[in-house]
Amino acid sequence: MLLHVEDLNIEFHDHIVPETVVYDFDLDMDEGEIVGLVGESGSGKSMSALAIAGLLSRHDAKKRGHIIFDGTDILNCPREELRNLQGDDISMIFQEPMTSLDPLKKIGWQVEEAMRIHKKCTAAERKERAIKMLGDVELEDPERVYNSYPHQLSGGMRQRVMIAAAMINTPKLLIADEPTTALDVTVQAQIVKLLKRINKENRTAILFISHDLSLIRQLCKRVLVMKGGYVVDGGDVEEIFTHPKQEYTKRLIDSIPHVDLSGE
Amino acid sequence: MKNSVKKDFNFILGIVLTAIVVVPAIIGIFWTPYGIDTMNNSLKMAGCSLAHPFGCDNFGRDILSRVMAGSAITLLIGLGTVAIGAVAGTVIGAVTGYYGGLADDIFMRFNDVMFSFPSLLLALVFVAVLGSGRTQLTVALGIAFIPSYVRIVRAEYVRARNMDYVKSAKLAGASDIRVMFVHILPNTSKVMMGSLLIGFNNAVLAEAGLSFLGIGVQPPDASLGRMLSDAQTYLFGKPGLAIVPGVTLIVMVLGISLLGKSDTITRIR
Amino acid sequence: MTGVIKKTISSLLTVLVVSCLVFLAFSIIPGDPAVAKLGTQATPEKLDALRESMGLNKPLFVRFISWIGGVIKGDFGTSYSYSMPVASLIKGKLPVTIILTLYSFVLMILLSVFAAIYAARREGRVLDKIIQIITQVIMSVPPFFGGILITLIFGLGLHLFAPGGYISYDVNMPKFLGYMFWPALAIALPKGAMAFSLLYTGLVTEKKKDYARTAYSRGNSTGDVFYKHLLKNACIPVVTFFGMALADMIAGSIVIEQVFGIPGLGRILLTSIQNRDYPVVEAIIVCIAVLVIVSNLLVDILYRVIDPRTADSDK
Repeated sequence: MLLHVEDLNIEFHDHIVPETVVYDFDLDMDEGEIVGLVGESGSGKSMSALAIAGLLSRHDAKKRGHIIFDGTDILNCPREELRNLQGDDISMIFQEPMTSLDPLKKIGWQVEEAMRIHKKCTAAERKERAIKMLGDVELEDPERVYNSYPHQLSGGMRQRVMIAAAMINTPKLLIADEPTTALDVTVQAQIVKLLKRINKENRTAILFISHDLSLIRQLCKRVLVMKGGYVVDGGDVEEIFTHPKQEYTKRLIDSIPHVDLSGE
Repeated sequence: MKNSVKKDFNFILGIVLTAIVVVPAIIGIFWTPYGIDTMNNSLKMAGCSLAHPFGCDNFGRDILSRVMAGSAITLLIGLGTVAIGAVAGTVIGAVTGYYGGLADDIFMRFNDVMFSFPSLLLALVFVAVLGSGRTQLTVALGIAFIPSYVRIVRAEYVRARNMDYVKSAKLAGASDIRVMFVHILPNTSKVMMGSLLIGFNNAVLAEAGLSFLGIGVQPPDASLGRMLSDAQTYLFGKPGLAIVPGVTLIVMVLGISLLGKSDTITRIR
Repeated sequence: MTGVIKKTISSLLTVLVVSCLVFLAFSIIPGDPAVAKLGTQATPEKLDALRESMGLNKPLFVRFISWIGGVIKGDFGTSYSYSMPVASLIKGKLPVTIILTLYSFVLMILLSVFAAIYAARREGRVLDKIIQIITQVIMSVPPFFGGILITLIFGLGLHLFAPGGYISYDVNMPKFLGYMFWPALAIALPKGAMAFSLLYTGLVTEKKKDYARTAYSRGNSTGDVFYKHLLKNACIPVVTFFGMALADMIAGSIVIEQVFGIPGLGRILLTSIQNRDYPVVEAIIVCIAVLVIVSNLLVDILYRVIDPRTADSDK
């Protein structure tokens, strides 16, 4: 098993009254598996994902439970050990491609960053690998993109850059936190297709977070439904679509515009 | 409103600190415990006592009296400088900003060059031309501070030029002068408030700096900067000679800048 | 690139305009340099002869052209009171002031950057308040009083340096730099406090941005996130301040030189102002103007180097 999350609880202490945002979250993922995590905003799905990626900062969020990734307890291991995983075995891409890249660094530098941190290799090897990755995420003229700055690229291109940077060390787990929400519909479909291909070619497991069940259906076999910090439903995607156990899941399915489903 | 003033830490501290210096300074304009130039051989370098709370200097002059008179002069020069700078800056900024055009472009380029020079250096040049002394110093500093006010005021007028209330005032037949100084001017008070305080502080620091260099306020006038420069000779034996006027300066500047940052003042503007 | 060239040309023009104004200002003020040089007791014949030799009888425009021609060649005329070429009078002193200014500037950058990163990593409400108070107090210390306090505490109190023990850079460079540290500190502290609070605010804003989280997700240490990513971004709004601070530090140097007994441009400028020795004053002001304009130009270039977005907007 690649990832085992048990009894994850997340509390925030930055207000006077502590606020729990995730209750008793459980999740198991195998290598190469794609799991969807669905729910409306504020349901705790992004918080869970950030916790799994080891990105919830220590002082304002209190976390209980276990997140075992490949034998390492992410919640309780020393920071050094966590950093060795981040960007190497676990990568993450985010919702806002426009702001997720450092505006002052060239694309090439940012794509290579995780490689520079984790792998011992020459600058030439890094560049070769980065340009290959930029080509792999279907960016035209990777050499030019390599030498560009973020403000010179569109949102869709930047999200591809983020994926290339996340995949540079061929991680075992890619956490995609609403990667398509900020993009327009045609680009959304391309990104989903790209993620599917990456999963197949590299056997990288993907935890795909979205509020859009139709996207989850295109990409994942298994899904968890979250509401108000609790996992309320889960299982096979098709099963859930045909026989939703919960009223909430039903409403989520009903909220999908039908044109999208049947039309294309 | 009252409550929020009570909670405004910066405002309270600012008022207290400013008052500690400004109240004795205002008294110092009219009266000091001893004459600022009354020398007394038996009191040379005297320490603190009830009669002379801060002691006496190398000529036996009462330090408290000199600090009071010096702060008074600093205060007056600061006010004079801000008055000259703000009034001239407002008129120039208003006219150039309101009319725009080529003259405005050329003038602003010139103004930007002036602005990029440290105001202390500009004042130094003007002092070199005008000569030193209280009045000359006030004029020199005032001129040196004009560019910063021109910038602020002009920006406001450029913004106001196309606003509806200005257009309607013009339609109603108001003259340009009236539009500039009756309609637009009150709206610049928001930005002016803060920059007046900052300007006052900069003027105080520049005055002290120039007097410290010996080209500002001239004897027999007392001056904090001059006291500091005289005190350097006796720094080892009597550091108090330097510390009293120095701390006075710090308290004045700190008080005013806290006021400028306080929410109460920010809300007024 | 075209932006830089345009800036350079307008900087050169500015230098010319400033020199012109300086010359005019000192030509129209009352007072006869010949009288200043020979004293009021001099006979009219002698004064006339001197005016003739100083070129004072020629029209203003002709004098200006010959003066500016000299300036371009590095000839600023002859000092009234020292009776020697102005250029050789200030040649040895200019580097001292430039070194002191740059020294202060570097100190300011180092102090503010390290302190701001240290504080921003530990951001919190109590710390915020303490930082605000401390920086506000330091900002209120006039540099020359700061210099006196430094002399008092570190020189006379702790004996870390000997006040007044200036050693010229051509005698002993390390000792020169060792002594100059203290005046540079006096200049750097108040500006550094200002830069610190700007940088701190910038860093605290930047560290909440998405790209900071991306940097963490790639396995960067907190230090790397701050130094490699956040610092540069937080610097962008502060660069303009750095430029103004550099110009202000030239003025600061001239004042501080008097506290620490450093023979830079400051002392000779002051005595020349008091003696109405205008060729020297003009020369020094033109030198300072060039320094200020060059520092503005450098900041402008730095801005373009740091932020690729400004460079693009030129095209």
